[in-house]
Amino acid sequence: MRWLDIPDIRRLAVYEANGGYQALRKALFDMKPEEIINEVKSSNLRGRGGAAFPTGTKWSFIPKESKKPVYLCCNADESEPGTFANRFQLECDPHQILEGIVIACRAVGSHIAYIYFRGEFTVQTRIVETAIAEARAKGYIGKNIMGSGFDLEIYTHRGAGAYICGEESGLLESLEGKRGYPRNRPPFPAIQGAFGCPTVVNNVETLSNIPWIIKKGAAWYRSIGPEKSPGPKLFCLSGHVNKPGLYELPMGFPLHDLIHDVGGGISDGRKLKAVIPGGASFPPFNAEEAEKVLMDFDSVRAAGSLMGTAGVMVMHDDTCMVDVLRTVAHFFHHESCGQCTPCREGCGWIEKLLVDLEAGRGKQQDLDLLLNIADNMEGNTICVLADSLSMPTRGFIKKFRSEFEDHVRLARCPFRDRDGRLAPPPHSAYEAEPA
Amino acid sequence: MPKLTIDGKEIEVADGLNLIQAADKAGIEIPHYCYHPGLSIPGNCRMCLVEVEKAPKLQIACNTRVAEGMVVQTKSKRTTTAQKAVLEFLLINHPIDCPICDQAGECKLQDYYMDYDSQPSRFQLGKKNKKGKAIDIGSDVLLDQERCILCARCTRFFDEVTKTSELAIFGRGDHNEIDHWPDRPINNKYAGNAIDICPVGALTEKDFRFRMRVWYLHSTPSVCGGCERGCSIDIHHQRGRIYRYKPRHNPDVNSYWMCDEGRHQFIALQTENRLTAPLYQAKDRLLAEGWSEAMRRAAAKIMEVGGQSGANAIGAVIGAQATNEEAYALKRLLKTTIGSDRIAALSWSPPGASGDDELLIRANKNPNTRGLQALGISGEGIDSLAGAVAAGELKMLMVLRADLVRALGEQEFLKRFGALDYLLVLDTDANETGQMANQLWPIAAYPEIDGSFTNFKGRVQRIHPAFPPPGQALPAVEAIARLGHALDGAERHRSAEAIFTEMAAEEPAFHGMSLAALGPNGRDLSA
Repeated sequence: MRWLDIPDIRRLAVYEANGGYQALRKALFDMKPEEIINEVKSSNLRGRGGAAFPTGTKWSFIPKESKKPVYLCCNADESEPGTFANRFQLECDPHQILEGIVIACRAVGSHIAYIYFRGEFTVQTRIVETAIAEARAKGYIGKNIMGSGFDLEIYTHRGAGAYICGEESGLLESLEGKRGYPRNRPPFPAIQGAFGCPTVVNNVETLSNIPWIIKKGAAWYRSIGPEKSPGPKLFCLSGHVNKPGLYELPMGFPLHDLIHDVGGGISDGRKLKAVIPGGASFPPFNAEEAEKVLMDFDSVRAAGSLMGTAGVMVMHDDTCMVDVLRTVAHFFHHESCGQCTPCREGCGWIEKLLVDLEAGRGKQQDLDLLLNIADNMEGNTICVLADSLSMPTRGFIKKFRSEFEDHVRLARCPFRDRDGRLAPPPHSAYEAEPA
Repeated sequence: MPKLTIDGKEIEVADGLNLIQAADKAGIEIPHYCYHPGLSIPGNCRMCLVEVEKAPKLQIACNTRVAEGMVVQTKSKRTTTAQKAVLEFLLINHPIDCPICDQAGECKLQDYYMDYDSQPSRFQLGKKNKKGKAIDIGSDVLLDQERCILCARCTRFFDEVTKTSELAIFGRGDHNEIDHWPDRPINNKYAGNAIDICPVGALTEKDFRFRMRVWYLHSTPSVCGGCERGCSIDIHHQRGRIYRYKPRHNPDVNSYWMCDEGRHQFIALQTENRLTAPLYQAKDRLLAEGWSEAMRRAAAKIMEVGGQSGANAIGAVIGAQATNEEAYALKRLLKTTIGSDRIAALSWSPPGASGDDELLIRANKNPNTRGLQALGISGEGIDSLAGAVAAGELKMLMVLRADLVRALGEQEFLKRFGALDYLLVLDTDANETGQMANQLWPIAAYPEIDGSFTNFKGRVQRIHPAFPPPGQALPAVEAIARLGHALDGAERHRSAEAIFTEMAAEEPAFHGMSLAALGPNGRDLSA
């Protein structure tokens, strides 16, 4: 459906030849803004950026007769570890995203849209800028789009490489030229977002679903996958599988099939040990749980994790869970913006404890201390980055506690010592990083 | 006026208050670091997390507005667990160098640790993050990045109040550091406020650093005498010595702030030049004498001049450094007891002094210009006094807290007032005018007396004595009362309160006011 396979679909002519911008025509001429919102609402489309909030509902929060301008921000700050869906979309099929943006802006009454790119997305930014120029030349963007009288400008903005700017209010701060510190809510962006004006922030993949919903209707969309969490979904399959990659599958696809059929099974002929289903921020499934779970927002939640960005990371039985968690902690320690005390201090503390554990310097009481630090961080900060480390910390220790205890008992890592296969940590957590 | 319940206490508070303010009204402290009532609310320290009924997560009290029927728990298990946790987090990378930290004694980490944490550290790694120490970041401010808890009060102060934005947070996560932008150290006249609002020992003042442990200091509410704004202050002092001024919150005058010039104004008040005994001119030098001799000498001179040339041969110049009570007392002595109406005000600011700005600083460096105006003592009177000297009508001048020589320049002074027979100067220091006096009386500086100043907007504010004046120096009202007694044998009011009460009865601008009723924030002039 996303046409990532069609050669040259990134070019406007090819995109049009495949039916591109037909949905926009329909949205501009055959539908009122209210009808677009209702269609998206009844499609049950839920945000693909990780929080799974119903998109139509988010749009409907925008004040109808806003005296201030309304902005739409397309969140292309894809930084969640193990996630690479937006990147391919931006590279291969930018017009689908642009079409989604124009339709969304029409729905919420926005005449200025921003695409906020992850700092590392230099090539992707260029590709999208080329696409914008093409679309503008053909009258799909700019003044009086397709003769409908609707105006829209799309601006691109590249971040400076901070994970936290993918958080919607951190993104807005960064877009305004400030430090990417997430904001206190309320006020929510729908009331006071970019530059103090009502703002919708939607993920790239979310927006790319819009043309399809408009073209084929909400009922069609709902028919794909579970009713409450429908639609096609891009799964980023990585780790110890034979065929890692980006796969588009219906929501509710069994995780077992994703790993064993689509992904070609576990690499090196080994056994499955753990799967993180939604990027590094969430608790892992052990092999037994992974066999049963269906990949949609509600099923994964019911099974005790979250689907997040659908960055599915598969680990076989020769993987040290302490080391995996240490890596996760290293990431969040590095990416915590440092605004809120519990996250700023807690992420570093957790990493330091895990570095010691992995190096065989850990103590038995460190396990409970880790759990307690995780408890003290969770839910006590402005944004959910603290939760993004506390959830996997609790999950890994709960599901693989014996492995953590082995590290203490043996005073070494049972995986690392056997053949020295594991690479040393990226750098010692004890050394202050250069500013 | 929403009603809400905090810790089982039902209270009714004004709409729009946040929970920290509402709890404060109920006498309940909600600990906080980043929240400051004079700044925006970032909600970053997480110290003020409280349990609000029906909210699934703990809420930060600073950013939660009161609502009807709200039920708040500030001491529940969940709240205290979170408070302990935040303090533990704040302290893991803190150097805990209280014994050598100047903030000790007024540090919110110390205070809250004792009140809300009191548990041994579980951070056993001994690997705290290392950051910069004692960095000169400009103005009078030193920065210790290791002690900093990144509450961003200082950066917000420079962003929102002075709008100079010298400081920012650099780095990320637990490597975050406050610093100034490259080659742009703090450069504004209000930097000291950042030190005041820093809740920990991250920002300390170069001038005050290591001079005195704060728990030895006494605090006396007063008003800054540095300019006609008259910022409310607390004088921090010990054994007759002032160590620092701190701004005192006054929504009608200075909000939470004061300027750095005012902050250091006390230094000029405790120089070697302070007078400690009454002096009189003996041939070519000033000699000390006792107060009773000084009074007899002055009274005899007044009688003599009055008898020979009439009461109007005696005049007075009152500096706008004088309090309302001092000015009124001298005016009354001159008009009623002596019977002269030759009186003038001197409101002079040194050349090169800072001009008006948008925040607090005023070009007029006198705290009571408006008060003298309200008493009908005008600055233009100086010219008519000089005219009277030239005409040989004015023979004797009493000068209270006015350095005429410095204000006019020596040549000009001699040209206009050189013909005077007798000069009686009442001042704190042996200034240039005092050097020319026939009699020079030591009086108390404003931190040493009771009384009031009237700021340029007509706000009458009270000052309190922090400690007695040095040596034999007297409050000016006392010296004036003694002089009056030496002249007519009658008793006069010697307390500022009583003089103010009399002034309120006599002077329309002060009708209906009393010193006691000024309260901490002062009152506006009646007329």
